Amino acid sequence: MELDLVVTTLARALAFSTPLLWAALGEIVVERAGVVNLGVEGMMILGALAGFVVAQTTGDPWLGLLAAMAAGGLTAALHAFFSVLLRANQYVSGLALTIFGLGLSGLIGRSWVGRPLTNPMEFVDVPILQSIPVLGPALFQGQYALSWLGLLAAIALWFVLHHTRLGLTIRTVGENPAAADAAGVRVLTVRIWTVIFGGVMAGVAGGFLSLAYRPSWGQGMTNGLGWIALALAIFALWDPLRAIFAALLFGTFFTLSFSLQAYFAPQLLTMMPYLFTILALTVIALRKGAGAFGAPEALGEPYSRGER
Amino acid sequence: MTWKWEPRGEPTAALVWGVSLGAVAFAMILTGILFAFFGVAPIPAFVTIVERTILDARGLSEVVRRSIPLMLAGVGLTLAFRARFWNIGAEGQLLIGAVAAAGVALFSGLPATLLLPTMFIAGFLAGAAWGLGPALLKVRLGVNEIITTLMLNYVAIYIVRWLINGPWKGRSMAGFAYSDMFDPAAFIPTLGATRLHWPTLLLAILAALLVTWLLARTRFGFEVRMMGESPEAARYAGVDFFRTTLILVLVSAGAAGLAGVGEVAGIHRRLVDPGSLSIGYGYTAIIVALLARRNPLAALVTALFLGWVAASGDVMQVALRLPSQITGVTQGLVLLSVIGAEPLLRYKLVRVRKTQPPTAGEVA
Repeated sequence: MELDLVVTTLARALAFSTPLLWAALGEIVVERAGVVNLGVEGMMILGALAGFVVAQTTGDPWLGLLAAMAAGGLTAALHAFFSVLLRANQYVSGLALTIFGLGLSGLIGRSWVGRPLTNPMEFVDVPILQSIPVLGPALFQGQYALSWLGLLAAIALWFVLHHTRLGLTIRTVGENPAAADAAGVRVLTVRIWTVIFGGVMAGVAGGFLSLAYRPSWGQGMTNGLGWIALALAIFALWDPLRAIFAALLFGTFFTLSFSLQAYFAPQLLTMMPYLFTILALTVIALRKGAGAFGAPEALGEPYSRGER
Repeated sequence: MTWKWEPRGEPTAALVWGVSLGAVAFAMILTGILFAFFGVAPIPAFVTIVERTILDARGLSEVVRRSIPLMLAGVGLTLAFRARFWNIGAEGQLLIGAVAAAGVALFSGLPATLLLPTMFIAGFLAGAAWGLGPALLKVRLGVNEIITTLMLNYVAIYIVRWLINGPWKGRSMAGFAYSDMFDPAAFIPTLGATRLHWPTLLLAILAALLVTWLLARTRFGFEVRMMGESPEAARYAGVDFFRTTLILVLVSAGAAGLAGVGEVAGIHRRLVDPGSLSIGYGYTAIIVALLARRNPLAALVTALFLGWVAASGDVMQVALRLPSQITGVTQGLVLLSVIGAEPLLRYKLVRVRKTQPPTAGEVA
């Protein structure tokens, strides 16, 4: 009986954490290259809409996912253009992306509201792994493919960032762009492509929402998840493996808070993930000491050759 | 013969205005194209909007009343942004200000003459308190204020929802989620039959003057500008970051709290759903402050412009049956084209003979 509770809590936590993980992984890579993109929420919502529209029209949720990725990537390209090429303030550009994305999705999506997706993504079981006690049924039985693909993506990204030449290049661009430039790395090119990659990942996160988690389209359906993903990237200290645990922690906490429904008003429970985000950042800061988050050195600073 | 970008000195006021207006016009045209693309004929829509906002007295009053919260919150943000404190939390500060004012109006039992002043003070203090946490976390622990102020927006939204569904749910409003109507003594007076609550408008103008004075004439303002322009120099000059940040956030967040008082006591006159209480004023105020180039007096003008955009959104919702979120399209495009035009202020295009074409880095 109690074991059942653990299993269902874990299973729900994994589902809830999936969009957070995908979006946070993208942002981790982007920030590792020295760019902040506050437009996660905007890229996610456009991804969610594009995914839904294509899946509804073609009947294939996986085609929908491709569309979601493309939409996220295209939106991110705007950010790359303004903040990397034109060296505009990254915070402002990202924020503009979020405002624009929420608005545009409202305009385009107005005729699609309130119709459930006819052919959503289905649950899958992972052979072999599903027979592991406790963890098997929780994580590998009756879950969305994107949930465990997210875990795989995290491991893959960790490997790329820390054990390949490409990862070293990306990290150098974020830590010391001038040195990377001197070593022959095309800093702006690296930044542009990482920003677009981050958008594609946010697109997956949005697609997961509209194609699997809540197979439908609703105005503003991302509901701040993009912002939580941004906090998650910091909470995970820009490490993809830590992001898995951070996302699962958020998911577990969120799921658990719903078991308290008998004691608290639902509005107070819905507030929890947001409060928990602040709490998590505070705990990290207290443990690490002021200003010692270990953020990439050149985070948030536009780069141009020959300045300073 | 080729063209080359060259850095220029401090841009003149005329250039700043010219480029900003050009960028805004560019954004409006892009909005029109997007609308056309997604099935809304832009020119008839634009004509309808102008007829019902600018050419109509009642419409005009709607433009101004929409801009009041944007002025208050926007002026506050110009101060925060001067010091590079990226307060994204004006939305939550506004909502909590409204909650405090509603609390005073519903439960204080104060005499009529004291009621409104107390509501404004409570709103200011509550908004300021909502900004206090992120300010402390930022200066003491280095926690990113963008994330914390933003998360508190959602917390504020759910606090309002909880109050109007639970403890403050109105007795007379069975089935609907809002509080009881305030006592008429708690209504902010409006201009004639319009919804233009002019005392709040006066307050906004006063706030802009006050912040201008603070920035230009006081030691505090000097420290704020120094923190923003050159934190290193500020440290050497012995600026107390802790104290200065705390004060500037209190003023900035308090102003947003006042905006909330204006909305709840000037427009709705009871605590309503956060989605109707604020149509994203706190976020739009960020655009107001940035478009004003962090100048509090200019923020009054940009707030009027974005108030017009919001009022146009209302017209489109009623006349063209479009969802309210679409004002975000205009807002986002304005913001993007303004930052995209920024290089024009820092560089000029000059004609030169036989030179290397500029690299991407130099152009930007």
